[in-house]
Amino acid sequence: MIEFDAVTVIYPDAAEPVLSGVDLRIGEGELCLVAGPTGSGKSTLLGAVNGLVPHFTGGLLRGRVRVAGRDTRTHRPREFAGHVGVVGQDPLAGFVTDTVEEELAYGMEQLAVPAAVMRKRVEETLDLLGIAELRRRPLRDLSGGQQQRVAIGSVLTAHPRVLVLDEPTSALDPTAAEDVLAAVTRLVHDLGVTVLMAEHRMERVVQYADRMLYLPGDGRVLDGPPTDVLAGGPVLAPPVVELGRLAGWEPLPLSVRDARRRAPALRARLAGRPRPSRPEPGSAAALTARQIVVRYGEIIAVRKVDLDLRVGEVVALMGRNGSGKSSLLWALQGSGRRRHGTVDVTGRDPAELPARKARRLVGLVPQTPSDLLYLNSVAAECAQADRESDARPGSCRALLDRLAPGIDDAVHPRDLSEGQRLALVLAIQLTAAPPVLLLDEPTRGLDYLAKARLSEIVTELAAAGHAVVLATHDVEFVAGTASRVVVMAEGDVVADGPTVEVVVSSPAFAPQVAKVLSPDPWLTVAEVEQALT
Amino acid sequence: MTVRLPRNLHPGAWWLWALGLATAASRTTNPLLLLLIAAAAGLVVVNRRSQAPWTLAFRLYLLLGCCVVTGRVVFRIIFGGGEGEHILFTLPQIPLPAWAAGIRLFGPVAAEQLLGGLYDGLRLATMLICLGAANALANPKRMLKAMPSALYEVGVAVTVALSVAPQLAESVLRVRRARKLRGGAQRGMRALHGIVIPVLEDSLDRSLALAAAMDSRGYGRTGDLPRRIRLLTGALVLAGLSGVCVGVYGVLDATTPRYLGLPMLGTGLLVATAGFVIGGRGVRRTVYRPDRWRPAETLVALCGLGTGALLFLTAEVDAADLYPSLSPLSWPELPLLSAFAVLAGALPAWLAPPPPRSSV
Repeated sequence: MIEFDAVTVIYPDAAEPVLSGVDLRIGEGELCLVAGPTGSGKSTLLGAVNGLVPHFTGGLLRGRVRVAGRDTRTHRPREFAGHVGVVGQDPLAGFVTDTVEEELAYGMEQLAVPAAVMRKRVEETLDLLGIAELRRRPLRDLSGGQQQRVAIGSVLTAHPRVLVLDEPTSALDPTAAEDVLAAVTRLVHDLGVTVLMAEHRMERVVQYADRMLYLPGDGRVLDGPPTDVLAGGPVLAPPVVELGRLAGWEPLPLSVRDARRRAPALRARLAGRPRPSRPEPGSAAALTARQIVVRYGEIIAVRKVDLDLRVGEVVALMGRNGSGKSSLLWALQGSGRRRHGTVDVTGRDPAELPARKARRLVGLVPQTPSDLLYLNSVAAECAQADRESDARPGSCRALLDRLAPGIDDAVHPRDLSEGQRLALVLAIQLTAAPPVLLLDEPTRGLDYLAKARLSEIVTELAAAGHAVVLATHDVEFVAGTASRVVVMAEGDVVADGPTVEVVVSSPAFAPQVAKVLSPDPWLTVAEVEQALT
Repeated sequence: MTVRLPRNLHPGAWWLWALGLATAASRTTNPLLLLLIAAAAGLVVVNRRSQAPWTLAFRLYLLLGCCVVTGRVVFRIIFGGGEGEHILFTLPQIPLPAWAAGIRLFGPVAAEQLLGGLYDGLRLATMLICLGAANALANPKRMLKAMPSALYEVGVAVTVALSVAPQLAESVLRVRRARKLRGGAQRGMRALHGIVIPVLEDSLDRSLALAAAMDSRGYGRTGDLPRRIRLLTGALVLAGLSGVCVGVYGVLDATTPRYLGLPMLGTGLLVATAGFVIGGRGVRRTVYRPDRWRPAETLVALCGLGTGALLFLTAEVDAADLYPSLSPLSWPELPLLSAFAVLAGALPAWLAPPPPRSSV
């Protein structure tokens, strides 16, 4: 179905090719997972399938890419519309119309499909993806998971044989991600569509994949069944695979089910061994919030929430999209809306202080960290941060070097990788030395390495006496980092307690290791490793 | 007799109907007739509008109409010129320097003067209300879809712009909120810099993502017409539309030479249509759930156009009733024929199929 012959892609101004000499044959009905660290060329590989690389992005492509017998050299992306369906990371950015039904029909209108056929296909696709009740809804009002399913549906109506998905679940909560992945696997199994999917959170996808393309970042592509690719060396892997490596299971388990079948022996070995203790937070209160209410017109986003943070504590704030996590963070910081309630940080309420002083009490890194960056070099941003915080010149740069060493002063912030950009914004916010730090969705777009580094950073910050709150969907990150979990639903706090207690019993929020080893309360591979040695 | 199911009428039918009524309104200053026309339009809107949000726009048009009438009357009071014999009251006049001779501020206010403003304003307001009725009854986006395929690109541009505007507003709000997190101490140009740069970067990223998505979904697949044809299409459409503009002006303004009226309108329409047909031939595209033109559409359009045509004709026969005299001041009378013509314009309130009740 998809053929790559000695494909080399090099972008202008780049010293090394992103892909070099890639040969691939992907057959019909395969679900192919494309993985690798940030910047390793996953998006380039996906874009090359329908010719967006190089027709749309620029750059030089040597070799030959053929899909369904058509060469991307002679056919432009629009001529692949009937063969390849492409869904980007942010579905909202790719929508052309404004209601679900029209969006599903758009691609077919371009292909001049007769009206009667269009109507039929729209109805079929609505049912196939389980979005029939949304048909007349405006696209902007849908939740993230619904939008992603509509985006998949909107390319499916053209009946493509190949579906290319670029991080389809990166912004979704675990349950919404399950919905999208269920829809995708159904397409592969029932319709025999070939799916090429890039994903950072391999733990969500790898069990469904027939094949894995791993891009280590040097232009090569490691190709093979997931177990073989993951077994073959220093490849970033999901926790269940790491656990398999640790326990020496052969072949490597890809799903919780595989691992659980082998787990009794490991559980027996672990029985009686103490869980490595996590650093206890101090007893002093860092932040005390009482009766916080946030409402937008009729919608109540946060409903009389009380929250206490202690010095040196890392709290994870979880819950589905739209459950009020971000609203709560912004209300705590003081620059967001707050209808009612009090926040007390060292005796003062950040909402009553000017923004300049509030950020010395509570620092917040928003969901899109780049919103905070507007200067044209890292050095300029750092200097500006020092001035804003009345800090000694060089403080921000020193922080940045601790968080992410080796970033060149002259680089434009937009050219940094996601992880580096997050580190820069974190450094800027830390320059003001706030005792409380709030991070909204910090793991978005980070690969396993960057996430591990972020986890270290957060732990260090907590050890230095900061109280840190992470609003996130990433259960694995929470399991490895947070000492306490607060779960929100519809603006209420529905659970609040130590990570082990809240997370192990929850079907949606339990990390893979907990699922494999339950009822014993192990959360991460690192813990298991420590206990065994 | 077939069963009449609720459905949306073709937006073109509503527009033709409304233009017919607007033409009728432009042909008279008789306040009774004008109120009758506005009432007819209002009746149809109330009876046949759907539950979609844009139908609420009709209220805005009514409000706008009131503003126009008030504005006209107030204008006449201020710069009245004091024509007419029936002085109602006298305002203190503001003396102006000699170079402003011919302009008078305030002074005596005559009934003729007020009525003149009222009639004039009412005519303009009624025309506005007719257009408002069309806007409330026809889904503006379906109208874009019903446009000839050569104009398709315009439709896409409008749709995209409509969806991008709220996104832009959203990202401005988001970035402004984020600025506070960094202290947000700067003012003036520097603060603007801090907002504009991230917003622009954001919108550029979005546009690129949208362009890539549209490209990979087949947008602009066979739009490659030879250059010659494109030039010809453009010239024909532009010339035709200019002709239509002149023609509409000729039809609406009774003082222009007759050949600038209907003949010009007809020729313009023909030329523009030719352009659209030539341009549309190369485009291979279909429309999802197209609105079809059925007998009910013809009926509705005829009702409106008929009203317009009848008033056009009666203006020739019996102009006195359509333009009530101000000197001597006389009570406006309701001409029977014209009144019936306007009532015909209200018929779509029953003739048009009822709109479907949306299930959302």
